[in-house]
Amino acid sequence: MTNSQNLICVTCPRGCSLTISYDDQDQITITGNQCKRGAAYAKAELSDPRRMIASTVRIRGGIHKMLPISTNAPFPKGKIMNLMAFLKSVEISAPVKMGDILIENVLNTGIAMVASRNMEKID
Amino acid sequence: MLTVHAYDVIVIGSGPAGLAAAVSAKKNGVNSVLVIDRDVEPGGILLQCVHSGFGLETFGEDLPGPSYAQRYILEAESQKINLLMDTMVLDITSDFVVTVSNETIGVQRLQAKAIVLAMGCRERSRAQIRIPGTRPAGVYTAGTAQRWVNVEGLMPGKNFVILGSGDIGMIMARRLSLEGARVNRVVEIMPYLNGLSRNYVQCLQDYDIPLFLNHTINKILGKKRVEAVEVVRVDQNRKVQPETAEIIPCDTLLLSVGLIPENELTRKIGVSMDPITGGAIVDNCFETSIPGIFVAGNVVHVYDLVDYVSQDGTTAGKYAASFIQCNWNSNRRKIPVIVEEPLRYVVPQKICPDTLRESAIRLLMRVSYPMEYPVQVSLFTDQKEILNKTYPYVRPGEMVSIQIPKSAYDLIMASQEVRLKVLRKE
Repeated sequence: MTNSQNLICVTCPRGCSLTISYDDQDQITITGNQCKRGAAYAKAELSDPRRMIASTVRIRGGIHKMLPISTNAPFPKGKIMNLMAFLKSVEISAPVKMGDILIENVLNTGIAMVASRNMEKID
Repeated sequence: MLTVHAYDVIVIGSGPAGLAAAVSAKKNGVNSVLVIDRDVEPGGILLQCVHSGFGLETFGEDLPGPSYAQRYILEAESQKINLLMDTMVLDITSDFVVTVSNETIGVQRLQAKAIVLAMGCRERSRAQIRIPGTRPAGVYTAGTAQRWVNVEGLMPGKNFVILGSGDIGMIMARRLSLEGARVNRVVEIMPYLNGLSRNYVQCLQDYDIPLFLNHTINKILGKKRVEAVEVVRVDQNRKVQPETAEIIPCDTLLLSVGLIPENELTRKIGVSMDPITGGAIVDNCFETSIPGIFVAGNVVHVYDLVDYVSQDGTTAGKYAASFIQCNWNSNRRKIPVIVEEPLRYVVPQKICPDTLRESAIRLLMRVSYPMEYPVQVSLFTDQKEILNKTYPYVRPGEMVSIQIPKSAYDLIMASQEVRLKVLRKE
């Protein structure tokens, strides 16, 4: 008996419609992907779903109140709200450069939070 | 007001289109390039688009919006491009006089030899979609909410309904959920999603936010603050079915109901406009009907990928450089690009067959309605079909593109027009 399941790949804006079929031995076949990342996404989505998380943290001394930040790798889906709660307690001081690691190994995931832009210190 | 400063190329707008055009003009040998923007820092709307998904085409990397902008800002700095921020452009003439105003210089005139218009677009608001009801606080466009949350650190409400399934609306649904707000639902009047499918998955499904297709907001309720909205189903003619009305309590309504290219200045100059795109009619050099006035980015038509905005901005900047370097023939031959239903529009609307000697020409199109089956996009000269491309499906929210290769030069030169069709693939 063959089972199948549909997913939309979120890796890039193309958004391929993927079909994942299982055969008798539980071997999976992925179709519909237009690149290799689609297959990797489908496999990860079934075992350990992750997402890139972009958010903001408070910054002191910058042109704006908030600094945009992002995870440097896809983050476990189940811990996203814990991450958001943690980020509320974070405050950074300007200046910051794009790519600066602001928090290492956030929530023991091995993933870092990095600055998405430069922000100079202003008086 | 009489002071006149001269530049070679003046670019209006410092978003991705303007920065790409400025950098490209400079790299193509232009001496002085000035970029003017009304915001206090360059980067445009990307600065508030903190989510990732930008740059896969341009850089082969998945970048957050501010990082994508930062790369172009750094490049503009290293190319010594002049930036004039916090400044409004009041007027532009067809002989390239730009009147600007800001707090320190008052009103000033600047003279250019060519202009690139890159003002982007703005959001449709409540007034443009005429939602009945009271006029309480708590009705915002999605982009305004995005600015508040991502730049200013303010939450516009606690309990949201979002009208419109465009990308900004869905991205804000996720962003607000992450920030602890409740997003009751996203309501879409059309029978299909308006944004990218990936955003339905990662912004709505991931956060259990229901999407109501064929529904709209019929009424806003509340005196000082939004208290509820009335959601109704619509029939296939988008006519409201009052018996389906449902009152949904909420304190904030976000509107993600489309973008309008911001062309007040363009119209003032007297450039010919395309009523469907809301932008100027352009050729593949992104020159408008007025020689030396170029346009780039969302001011031409609403793109769905910033990567294409940058690429087309680069093209506009390159030809703006050619224009002032006098290796430019304003009377060069142009032939129309014609689209047939279900294609709604194409950009550019004209092509210069000559330019195919240097580089391929990309045509960007949108369809009027979704076709959820394999289709073939075909390009015809007045003689025959010369190329085609297969898509597994086409949707209004996802741009369709086809590239005319350099090798088609002879065929295009011999033709009076090119024509695009989309047909179901058997």
